[in-house]
Amino acid sequence: MNSATREAFGAALVELGAMNPDVVSLDADLAGATKSAGFKKAFPERFFDMGIAEADMVSTAAGLASAGKIPFASSFSVFIVDRALDQVRNSVCYPRLNVKLVGSHAGPSCGEDGGTHQAMEDIAVMRSLPEMCVVVPADDVEARAAVLAAAEYDGPMYLRVARLASPTVYNADSYSFDLLHGDIICDGDDLTIVACGMMVGRALEAADLLADQGIRATVVNMHTIKPIDAELLEECARKTGHIITVEEASVVGGLGSAVCEVLAERYPVPVRRIGVPDVFGRSGEGSQMLDYYRLNKEHIVEVAHEMLGR
Amino acid sequence: MQYDLQAITKQMRIDIVESVNAAGCGHPGGSLSAVDVIATLYFKHMNIDPANPRWADRDRFVLSKGHAAPALYAALAERGYFPREDLITLRKLDSYLQGHPNMNDTPGVDMSTGSLGQGLSAANGMALAGRLDGKDYYVYVLLGDGESQEGQVWEAAMSAAHYKLDHVIAFLDLNGLQIDGSNDEVMSLGDIAAKWRAFGWEVIELPDGNDCNEISVAITRAKATVGKPTMIICHTVKGKGVSFMENAVEWHGQAPKGELAERALADVHAL
Ligand SMILES: Cc1ncc(C[n+]2csc(CCOP(=O)(O)OP(=O)(O)O)c2C)c(N)n1
Ligand SMILES: [Mg+2]
Repeated sequence: MNSATREAFGAALVELGAMNPDVVSLDADLAGATKSAGFKKAFPERFFDMGIAEADMVSTAAGLASAGKIPFASSFSVFIVDRALDQVRNSVCYPRLNVKLVGSHAGPSCGEDGGTHQAMEDIAVMRSLPEMCVVVPADDVEARAAVLAAAEYDGPMYLRVARLASPTVYNADSYSFDLLHGDIICDGDDLTIVACGMMVGRALEAADLLADQGIRATVVNMHTIKPIDAELLEECARKTGHIITVEEASVVGGLGSAVCEVLAERYPVPVRRIGVPDVFGRSGEGSQMLDYYRLNKEHIVEVAHEMLGR
Repeated sequence: MQYDLQAITKQMRIDIVESVNAAGCGHPGGSLSAVDVIATLYFKHMNIDPANPRWADRDRFVLSKGHAAPALYAALAERGYFPREDLITLRKLDSYLQGHPNMNDTPGVDMSTGSLGQGLSAANGMALAGRLDGKDYYVYVLLGDGESQEGQVWEAAMSAAHYKLDHVIAFLDLNGLQIDGSNDEVMSLGDIAAKWRAFGWEVIELPDGNDCNEISVAITRAKATVGKPTMIICHTVKGKGVSFMENAVEWHGQAPKGELAERALADVHAL
């Protein structure tokens, strides 16, 4: 409950390891931080320390996958996405190998490590690669479900998890994760808030505030940004006519862009993107950083008012 | 089955020249230098089944220097993975023979390559999987000397030694040339054998890396090496078998045209 999605990833990986002997894990000297360390402890013979060598780690994972393993390669998002991009592209996506890339400490919520460590562009970059599936779980419950679903899905996947703990949105007992479909969490006719990751919780808070003011918002958790649930987006656009996207990632190429691409062609309605502007991050406590970039309920409410003219 | 490696390597060189000529582009130099290593593997040492290219227990080959695809395709065709006639479709729009190897397009290709520096890591991954599954297959990988300038090669060199991957057997196609000049002009490799040794590898150096007998003896030795990976350094001639291409940097990445195309074909037929 209310734990970071990286914690849930680590625990789910151990669960998965017990169920499926083909699951293996690799890390680049950040197992303690990404939480793959739990798997290392439980299944030492199936865990591979790859040293601080992300390029080698990703191509090695590709080789493992080519021989039938289901490798989860983890590191900080900025290193596995950016440092190893050529390997992700040519060793994993081009041959469509069954490699799961787990990028933790993504986004400004990464916090104090600052600009070098806060991947803002990871969603955009991973989304641009053919064959890649991009998943950003909303909370610990969904992160666990997404890890289990990743092992069932045959193909390259990028799973974005966060360092910062965030409120649990879903009920662990009743939630069922559907990889290819976004999840409508609350329903309203006035506007739609499409969010991913820990912004889903904040979108729900904003929807509550708006409800108090008589504005009824639909909130969609778009956990899978590629392939994106275009049908659902069109349905929401038709129903509410106004869309706000919220992500703790760059507005350049991320969830907001993906939503705009779909709606521009299928059912154009006004869209406002809330996210990190086109800048590098900076040091600060994780939740403070979210407020610094105005990734909070107050800002979502403000944008809703602007959009609706009330 | 015993194959006549002299006849095979001659036929592969003919295949390479014909396919690159037909494509009108491609990489003849590094394909011709690698023929003898690839032939010795596919026709003497590798435990494979062309009728079942994805057989789980097979030996694997990763052509890390993926631009030598014409040499790999020639070996696969001659070994029966697909019809030799298709070799001349190389690089054409409807062909399953891509400019650089793609494992999902071409039967027998074990790993997609083309971005230099990634193949050894992939080979390590295959060997780790084999060990986990209790399988005894070998993973062979061929690197270029220019390619060895990539940092990832040395990351992978460390990993293979760290994990004691004695079922990884690597070859270095030491032809001395890359695209913009000799290795020494572009970026010196220094004492390359000492480097691999220092990274914890068994190193075998072949003065004539275009001699199938030498290569075969080295492979047998490498398979007997326990507890560490082996690098077989092959001193080769880039463009081997086509007189005007031998040791000539300009034949790295272009097809001969007109009269030169005919001379290249005549040269390999006369081998
Ligand atoms: C990462 C990467 N950078 C650049 C290239 C372009 N390239 C193709 S072949 C080549 C030279 C390779 O030289 P070497 O490894 O010596 O190959 P060989 O002489 O055996 O043909 C280059 C730079 C590439 N394919 N991949
Ligand atoms: Mg060379």
